[in-house]
Amino acid sequence: MTGLQIVFLAVAAAILAAAVQVVTTRNLVHAALWLIATLFGMAILFVLLEAGFLAVVQVVVYIGAISILIIFAVMLTRRVMQDTGPQTNDLRWLALVIAAALGGAIVYTLFQTDRQGGFPLANAPVPADSLETLGLYLVDPNAYMLALVAIGVLLAVGMVGSIAIARDDREKE
Amino acid sequence: MDFLNDPLGVIRAWLAGLLGSFLPAPAVDLTLIVLGALVVGGLGLTTPLFLIWYERRLIGRMQDRIGPNRVGPEGLFQTVADALKLLIKEDITPIGADKVVYNLAPIMAVVSVLTMWAVIPLAVNIVGTDLNIGVLYIVGVGSLGTLAIMLGGWASNNKYALLGAFRTVAQLVCYEVPMILALIVPVLLASSVGVENPMSMQEVVRAQSGAWHEWFLFKAPIAFLIFFIASVAETGRAPFDLLEAESEIVAGFNIEYSGMKFGMFFVAEFLHAFTVGALVATLFLGGWSGPFVDQAPLLGVVYFVVKAFAAYFIIILMRAALPRIRIDHMLDLNWKFLVPIMLGAIVAVAVTDKLVSRAAVGPLWNAVALFGSNLVVAAIALAWVGRAARHLRSAEASRTPPGAAPAVSAAHDERGHAADAHGHPAPHAAH
Repeated sequence: MTGLQIVFLAVAAAILAAAVQVVTTRNLVHAALWLIATLFGMAILFVLLEAGFLAVVQVVVYIGAISILIIFAVMLTRRVMQDTGPQTNDLRWLALVIAAALGGAIVYTLFQTDRQGGFPLANAPVPADSLETLGLYLVDPNAYMLALVAIGVLLAVGMVGSIAIARDDREKE
Repeated sequence: MDFLNDPLGVIRAWLAGLLGSFLPAPAVDLTLIVLGALVVGGLGLTTPLFLIWYERRLIGRMQDRIGPNRVGPEGLFQTVADALKLLIKEDITPIGADKVVYNLAPIMAVVSVLTMWAVIPLAVNIVGTDLNIGVLYIVGVGSLGTLAIMLGGWASNNKYALLGAFRTVAQLVCYEVPMILALIVPVLLASSVGVENPMSMQEVVRAQSGAWHEWFLFKAPIAFLIFFIASVAETGRAPFDLLEAESEIVAGFNIEYSGMKFGMFFVAEFLHAFTVGALVATLFLGGWSGPFVDQAPLLGVVYFVVKAFAAYFIIILMRAALPRIRIDHMLDLNWKFLVPIMLGAIVAVAVTDKLVSRAAVGPLWNAVALFGSNLVVAAIALAWVGRAARHLRSAEASRTPPGAAPAVSAAHDERGHAADAHGHPAPHAAH
């Protein structure tokens, strides 16, 4: 077992433990904090895969923006500090079925891949400068340009929509 | 002479040889990495001892008083004494506080600032680690500071602390937007100078080391100003100290903190302010570059420190001279002024840099053209803001309050009942 594998196993175990805490903790802000721990673990996994850019993006987007929004929403909408509502709703059995199906599919795929001789991706060559390659692909019409523009439009629509909802109508009079 | 040119390299080689005599190679690497992290962290944590003294003396001068001058020469050891006092103070945790989060918040605040120093280059060969995504890394670890302040405010179980936490979100998250937009410009310009990894801090400095007109301060003054303003807002210091506005919400997010936990928030704030100075120096003022730096790399540390302290000096002057900004003005400044201008400036810089490229007209005229495009954007922005302000003023002037001077109200009546339609009854309408 190499040092990298030990680190990977430790990080993976920490991620799993934190993820379990996210759904079992009764205090909502604590759940959000465990979520941050989980996402941070994911960033470490990206670092282990030498995808530094994705690791930092993970921290910027998920920890810096989304988690803060979640915590803020919790602070604004709940009774702060002592809110411990029910953790499940009426859809819990459906959710269980879907989660079990998804988990089963992933495990099955892993076993299948293992029987066929491991992961071909693990042996794929790593581009010398993955960051520049990624950037070029994002603006290449033959690659991901359409997707990038579509996401941009989607985000712009979301922003315009939120402004339209939040706008003070009294100004129009 | 080797030692003077590359002191860290010499020390590292010596240590590696020393440790390698009884440790396996991976353990040596690990030890050296841990030692490097300790050195960066220790340096970052001891700097505030000087920064706090410097700032207090400077603000003392500005306010026509002396400032701390008793402990040690010129009061230099005042902060050491203060730190000792904070360490032996009683450490109070409020009963209703969320203990783990409450204790975690000050640590996170310090960590978020300290980790920024890992990528800031002090000289050509003195840098924690030269990440190829250094600029993005700064943004990433900076956002942890926001989280720390929010959690500290929430976990204290105090309404003023929570108000401070809410303001944190309003301020720190908003001002990240123009800051990140402004960070695009140095990366873009460094890329067009032709360095390998334009997002690495070391390469950004290298891109500016050619001549004085290569400084991004001259090529992109708008990005410089907006990065400066937004970063000062990120530190949460006056005039953007809404998070801990003493006269409004007592002490904001850190109201319940005492002893060294308060001290850690304090250290984080001062170190963050100096870090902003260091970032400005690195990204816009050429970092360690300067005359004779090729012959004597250590000279770069001097240039870097001088530039960083020049920026820090301005930050302190701002703190001492400007009153606290009102919360709605703070949001207006961000969303209606800084963000639109920065978007315009990015487009202007990108287009100008492509049209009047370095290859076509040479570096000097390229810089001149970029400076000119920035001036145009600034002029448009100021004209636009001036028009908006005039519009606001005339709207305010036409809204005559009841009991105004007779001449004014008479003029008001002549214009018919326009005032009624706006929901502001004219003085006589009440009868």
